[in-house]
Amino acid sequence: MSETARDRILARLQGAPRQETPRPESPVPAAAAPDRDARVARLKSLMEAVRAEVHVLPAAEWIPRLKEVLGARAIKTLLYAPDTDLGFALAEAWQQDAAGLPELVAYADPVESFKERLFGVDAAVTAAAGAVADTGALILRPTAAEPRLMSLVPPVHIAVLKADTVFPSLGDAMREGRWAEGMPSNMLLISGPSKTADIELTLAFGVHGPKELIVLVLE
Amino acid sequence: MAAENFEKNVDRALADAQLRKNFAFAMGNFILKRKAVFSDAEETERLRALCNAIKQRALSRLPELLEQLEAACTRNGMRVHWAETPAVANRIVLQIIESHAAGRVVKGKSMVSEEMHLNAFLATHGIEAVETDLGEFIIQLDGETPSHIIVPAIHKNKAQIAKIFQEKIPGAPYTEDVAELTAIARRTLRRKFYEAGVGLSGVNFAVAETGTLCLVENEGNGRMCTTVPPVHIAVMGLEKVVEKLDDLPPLLRLLTGSATGQLVTTYVNLITSPRRAGERDGPTEVHLVILDNGRSRIYQDPELRQTLQCVRCGTCLNHCPVYTRIGGHAYGFVYPGPIGKILTPQVEGLQKAGELAFASSLCGACEEVCPVKIPITSLLRRLRDESYSGEPQGIVPGRGCRQNVTERLAWKGWAFLNTHPRLNRAVTALLGMAGEYLPPAGPLERWMRYRTEPEFAGKSLHRRVKEEGIADE
Repeated sequence: MSETARDRILARLQGAPRQETPRPESPVPAAAAPDRDARVARLKSLMEAVRAEVHVLPAAEWIPRLKEVLGARAIKTLLYAPDTDLGFALAEAWQQDAAGLPELVAYADPVESFKERLFGVDAAVTAAAGAVADTGALILRPTAAEPRLMSLVPPVHIAVLKADTVFPSLGDAMREGRWAEGMPSNMLLISGPSKTADIELTLAFGVHGPKELIVLVLE
Repeated sequence: MAAENFEKNVDRALADAQLRKNFAFAMGNFILKRKAVFSDAEETERLRALCNAIKQRALSRLPELLEQLEAACTRNGMRVHWAETPAVANRIVLQIIESHAAGRVVKGKSMVSEEMHLNAFLATHGIEAVETDLGEFIIQLDGETPSHIIVPAIHKNKAQIAKIFQEKIPGAPYTEDVAELTAIARRTLRRKFYEAGVGLSGVNFAVAETGTLCLVENEGNGRMCTTVPPVHIAVMGLEKVVEKLDDLPPLLRLLTGSATGQLVTTYVNLITSPRRAGERDGPTEVHLVILDNGRSRIYQDPELRQTLQCVRCGTCLNHCPVYTRIGGHAYGFVYPGPIGKILTPQVEGLQKAGELAFASSLCGACEEVCPVKIPITSLLRRLRDESYSGEPQGIVPGRGCRQNVTERLAWKGWAFLNTHPRLNRAVTALLGMAGEYLPPAGPLERWMRYRTEPEFAGKSLHRRVKEEGIADE
């Protein structure tokens, strides 16, 4: 039944008069690509303008800074992805000295058996696969080891980004990353904490997604 | 019948001071925000030309792209369904829900699902469809429909919303604090996301090249609906397909800039497949329902086809002097404002909805801001012409429905007068003397209901030229 609907719809479309259409002009000529520091600076200012908290810091200092961020918010449980580079580093740091630090919660099981825990954690830390400078957004590429819901369900999301992966534009990120050759099951741009303006156009944060987004940009 | 309703709706809306205040404030605000994000006029024009070309290119290859999309999505593990009518689309959605024995569906904002009147349909089958976008949630609590494509509850102020929450949500206190109202919605809906067996969403762009569904949003409810429940159903109009991933960046830029004055939304969600082997979350089933509902008919006409370029940003509503004064509900159909005025008569027919094409001053503000450059005023004129057309050929249902004896006679008379100079002179002289005493009756009465009475000059232009000559430049 659905099959014949398909055939009828396609037949109608195929029977319509063909039309020569203008080829699109080449994409908007990009201004000279800003250097890395300029890209990071733009990303930071745009994301801060939509209330993300952005720290630019030397790569070696990310764990101490993460501890400060967690401490300042009295976070009790921290969701992490154990089978990732970030996850290894975290587990190791916590092993050395976990005094006063939140409990690490591993996202190691299918969501069906992990849902209750997932909806109860205070914060999550994930990697960002890159970022887009011109509009100010992180690129997240969830994987089997680092599932989709980590950046959505917990009220605080901390993303760790390498400064070298900040692209001038989304188009650049797509071309350089060869997205068209193989898309992951889910990919995201995230520009700030969840927000809404549905009541009298008044901004309110944390309506369904994270209330806070903290970005650690590693130089 | 429909026309009468529309006039009554307009009268009612114009008399509602609170409604007019809410819309005037919100639309003015949207106009300023859009202006701020598109401050470089030259770049904006270049982007609009580019996006117009992208959508025209996609439409020129529409059947091929839809087949390519279907093949790519299927390869990715999604299931693709086709529906010619909303009724069929509703049944497809129902079957999927029933096959999973799900009693509740969480929904992200989707205009196509409004077009299908999906919630009401599901309710008759005992299935609760919970709107989770804050604006949609508010109006669903109050039993209303959206009044704006982007901000569906914009006709309500916070005092009205506070009252709805207090009455309809168990345990909710009365508060006009927007942050608190938002927190109440968050608490109420979290549980629903957690429990729902099926999530439903719309689609902003579907990429044929990779079989990727692109959804934009700010709240995160869209991500919840498409990621937490084990089943995700996406519904889209067949015009949403674009050729390649590369088409997305300019389209996204213009869509979000036009809709909310943002450079980028909080979330851009690119969905390419259900949960893959080894992945720990994401729906195990993703269904894509492609709806026609008159679109393939509109597609037959090269001029009207441009209606299908629309990306549903809503900026034509924000800039429309008519919409701003009467709001979205007065139109009486799912899509309000300028886009509704050209789309609805084509889908529903001129008899039922043709009146909408006349509810415009043709000022062209919508056309100046449309991100994909739909020639809205030309299409309005075309639909007006269609309404009066005597030729039988045509694809718009109800063509010629406004033809009537009075108007035909009036035009015949006018033509006759203008081809008979002596008679013309006599009649214009007569009107010059007695025109102001014309009784406001019949068609003139109807015409004068919204317009000032025409003033007849004492002497016709012909006569003045003859008597006074023309001053040379």
